[in-house]
Amino acid sequence: MKVLVPVKRVIDYNVKARVKADGSGVDLANVKMSMNPFDEIAVEEAIRLKEKGAAEEIVVVSIGVKQAQETLRTALAMGADRAILIEAADDVHTDIEPLAVAKLLKAVIDEEQPGLVIAGKQAIDNDMNATGQMLAALLGWGQATNAAEIEIEGDVAKVTREIDGGMQTLKVKMPAIITADLRLNEPRYASLPNIMKAKKKPLDAKTAADYGVDVAPRLTIVATTEPPARKAGVKVESVDELISKLKNEAGVL
Amino acid sequence: MNAFAQTPETGFRLPDPDFVPEELQMLRAQVRRFVETEIQPHAEAWEEAGEIPRDLFRKLGALGLLGMQHAEDYGGTQMGALASVVFGEELSRSTFGGVTAAITVHTDMSASHLSRVGTPEQKAEWLPRICAGEVVCAIAVTEAGAGSDVAGLRTKARRDGPGEDADWIIDGSKMFITNGVYGDLLIVGARTGGEGARGLSLFLVPRDTPGVSVAQKLKKHGWLSSDTAELYFDNVRVPASALLGGENRGFYAIMQGFEHERLMIGAFSAGEGAKAIELTLDYVRQRRAFGKTIWDQQATRQRLAMLASQVAMVRAMVYQTALALDGGRPVSLETAMIKSTGPEVLHEVVHGCLQLHGGTGYMRGTPIERMARDARILRIGGGATEVMLEEVAKRI
Repeated sequence: MKVLVPVKRVIDYNVKARVKADGSGVDLANVKMSMNPFDEIAVEEAIRLKEKGAAEEIVVVSIGVKQAQETLRTALAMGADRAILIEAADDVHTDIEPLAVAKLLKAVIDEEQPGLVIAGKQAIDNDMNATGQMLAALLGWGQATNAAEIEIEGDVAKVTREIDGGMQTLKVKMPAIITADLRLNEPRYASLPNIMKAKKKPLDAKTAADYGVDVAPRLTIVATTEPPARKAGVKVESVDELISKLKNEAGVL
Repeated sequence: MNAFAQTPETGFRLPDPDFVPEELQMLRAQVRRFVETEIQPHAEAWEEAGEIPRDLFRKLGALGLLGMQHAEDYGGTQMGALASVVFGEELSRSTFGGVTAAITVHTDMSASHLSRVGTPEQKAEWLPRICAGEVVCAIAVTEAGAGSDVAGLRTKARRDGPGEDADWIIDGSKMFITNGVYGDLLIVGARTGGEGARGLSLFLVPRDTPGVSVAQKLKKHGWLSSDTAELYFDNVRVPASALLGGENRGFYAIMQGFEHERLMIGAFSAGEGAKAIELTLDYVRQRRAFGKTIWDQQATRQRLAMLASQVAMVRAMVYQTALALDGGRPVSLETAMIKSTGPEVLHEVVHGCLQLHGGTGYMRGTPIERMARDARILRIGGGATEVMLEEVAKRI
């Protein structure tokens, strides 16, 4: 079975995001970028399936600016077999919306015919949590989102998900889309020899136009603002003082 | 604001020069994650214990991080100086100089001699285990009476009988040997010929060889997690095959490693310096005094701006020189400049940063307090500043 994993290049989770001066988005110039952590988990899961003998080949796909090939190389260094870069923007600040990403992925999937797609449940930049679901709808495949555990049994994937009330187990017939949650696994380090080997693994460079997909945005960003700074609290000496402040100053009692 | 935190929310990192290739950027990201998850949460305990668990070396070995100076045939990746600089800089950002020392003495300052001048048999015997972290190495050259002046070594080795196949008998003592207490393989410098630099040889001596003993585990000003030994060699018998790099060729073997070692100390200066500034920026932007943050005082901003600029200059020269060294160009002037000046800049930085932390910076447990202690040795070890300046002076 071939497993396809889409990966996104996002602002590194360690970086404190800053809003651009004109409020049009987050400033990404000269900011450290990394693979979306949920996508890293998805790559790790695909590698584990391959190690268990449930998958033969892992193809990683990234859509965005040219620099996303660094993200793909990281996935190759972890253990993916080959990569496809779809260049769809020149400016690092251009975000490709989930629907366009899903359409491009569908086009790749039509060509590649994977038995399973494992994606991150969401990207940590815009937290849309939409691409996996849209892709399932476009393909007409089953989907199991927010996976905390995946088991392959023949042509069925058994997926355990964390839901409000506890754990839910789904069975989806493959081909299917699974999206990875935080606790699915802990991604491995890329060892230095594997980093060196990744340089020699195939990376196909394509453009959105190659697939005939229009990536023009459907959404307009009205404004981006920093969250308001939290004001310092006050310490009260006694319960009486607290009650008095709640009554007289806060007006909530 | 948490002066005890090792990684503040806002980082201070200088961008990589354009010539740093993609694979080294990936290496940096992996080492950074390793430092954050495998070193920083545990290293306080190692400082207390005065010992780094062997498991750390094995984990580094499994990731291929101990073999960057060794050939692929023996389990390494043969990456060159630029890779070591990236590795050393990221380890230094852990804030635990002792951990950086223990690892890089193994990778870049001891086993590297074996790779450079060892025979295929010696390499095959030791390097795979060295790359895997199963064997930890130390370089035992310095003596109580001879440090930067390597030519003055007194430890002696003599052949026990005629012919080149005779065993060697080593007698003497060694001082300030990093990894000397818990390490496995000592690369020992000993006198096999006349006085001066021409009479020295190197030997591969397993630390459990009869006659090798730890005279004392030394207590230090800093680098507390790293073990440092005074070693005795009493009638230590090693086979003829233990001679490393030819009889009376030891000084030249050691000299060949100088440029790389000095460069590494520059990388530590850049990494520790930038990290100290990062920690201090976080502190002064939050700590308030006289109605405003300390960062709002112009004197603070100017001081940190100057220190940050100096670190950036050290770093730029380290990277440029690594590139030149990998290109096969002579860099003895540049590396002597780096070794003489990098640690002096770092000294200014850590003490300037400690000052800006106020009383908090004087407290045990804050990274800046430890960094100020750890940085001190870099002005001495690997060639003291004064010796290095003479090396610079000879070449200008």
